[in-house]
Amino acid sequence: MTAFRALIGRDLKLAFRAGGEALTLVLFFVMVAVIVPFAIGPDRPQLTRLAPAIVWIAAFLSMLLGLDRLFRNDDEDGSLTLLRHANLPLEAVVAAKVIAHWLVTALPLLLATPVLALLLSMSWAQWGQTVLALLIGTPALVSFGALGAAVTVGLRRGGLIAPVLILPLSIPVMIFGVGMLDPLAGSGATLFLIALSLVVTAFSPFAAALALRVAGE
Amino acid sequence: MSVDTVKQPNWFSRLAHPGQFLAWSRYLVWPLAIATLLSFAIGLWFAFFNSPEDYQMGDMVRVMYVHVPNAWLSQLVYGVMAVSALGTLVWRHPLADVANKAAAPLGAVFTALALYTGSLWGRPTWGTFWEWDGRMTSTLVLLLIYLGIIALWRAFDDQLKAGRIVAIVTLVGALNIPVIKFSVDWWNTLHQPASVFTASGPKMPASILTPLLVMMLAFTLLFALLQVVRMRTEILRRRAETLSRQAALQGAAK
Repeated sequence: MTAFRALIGRDLKLAFRAGGEALTLVLFFVMVAVIVPFAIGPDRPQLTRLAPAIVWIAAFLSMLLGLDRLFRNDDEDGSLTLLRHANLPLEAVVAAKVIAHWLVTALPLLLATPVLALLLSMSWAQWGQTVLALLIGTPALVSFGALGAAVTVGLRRGGLIAPVLILPLSIPVMIFGVGMLDPLAGSGATLFLIALSLVVTAFSPFAAALALRVAGE
Repeated sequence: MSVDTVKQPNWFSRLAHPGQFLAWSRYLVWPLAIATLLSFAIGLWFAFFNSPEDYQMGDMVRVMYVHVPNAWLSQLVYGVMAVSALGTLVWRHPLADVANKAAAPLGAVFTALALYTGSLWGRPTWGTFWEWDGRMTSTLVLLLIYLGIIALWRAFDDQLKAGRIVAIVTLVGALNIPVIKFSVDWWNTLHQPASVFTASGPKMPASILTPLLVMMLAFTLLFALLQVVRMRTEILRRRAETLSRQAALQGAAK
């Protein structure tokens, strides 16, 4: 457990001290939401109606953009090989990295959502529900992302393939995440999203660790 | 001194040896081709000349005889790929990754054809090429998964490693497809409910069901034929690559 916590701490330290990548991702997240009104017009009621969907799309794209960082740096400087031979099982290593990645990439996005709520003229209730949906759904997105990153870690041109692989798989997260705001079916969607997020978060470290082992052979 | 602990290969693992596979599958190609042609001839004759028009759709109903088999194959091929992925990961079966690689483009083409014929059928009957309803959407997502798997296959240089990595992705996709299907159904349902395979038996008259089943058999045979030919090609291609690498090594040694 100490090693597990140390690994999370290491990843957090690396993220904070080397380059402001988390901030860049937040910037991208806000920018996606900023360009949407230019595309669909500044009509406030329409923006209000579309706002949760826009926030979800922005979060989706930001998560896909960031997932390449999950294992690539560790693979390039050789620390992934060390981690593979550590006492901590590789599955736990992956789980620790997933938690750290969520803290670095998903949490800042959640903190940035009030800006988007303002820009897209969301109501407070709408904003609260969107944040709740993102809070439940982003662990699933990060876990799918971990799988995509693990599968493409050995590839020089893997940066583009991981999002293409992961996007169709994470469609249910999107559906239930946006569905949570539906006044009629919202409670059902909430439960489905929670179930999906739990299952994916529980299983993806095993699949990703398997892929990392194969890639390292 | 060595104790003989190596298991003697049984008929099944001999079947699996790539060289043996090349030898015995040679006698499979022509019979399969003839059976495919025959069943297509019978099926198309039924479909065009010996099946009734629909009282609403008229001749348009005949699109069904190509649409439904393609949709059936789009799922069957993924099943084949999932089984071969298990073969790769669990038994390290030497032919399993070849089968997975051979099946992926076939599955993508059958899925694309199912979507294409579906939209051709949808235009005159529903009045639109595309509708975001449950089954069409999940077929589209299936096509995206196929294309992702093909892209992953092409990204690797080392085909043996690619086989095992793709197998993981294929299995994750196989577990995820029911979830996607359920979520998309939850999201929107307009399509007519299933009508061939239902608990109470087919809800179609025999005059339509017979040509449909013959066409499904014909398309399945076509898939089997193309799969065998593609697997043979892939094995030969790998062998040619190995030979050229050996030749290059010998050239370098001189």
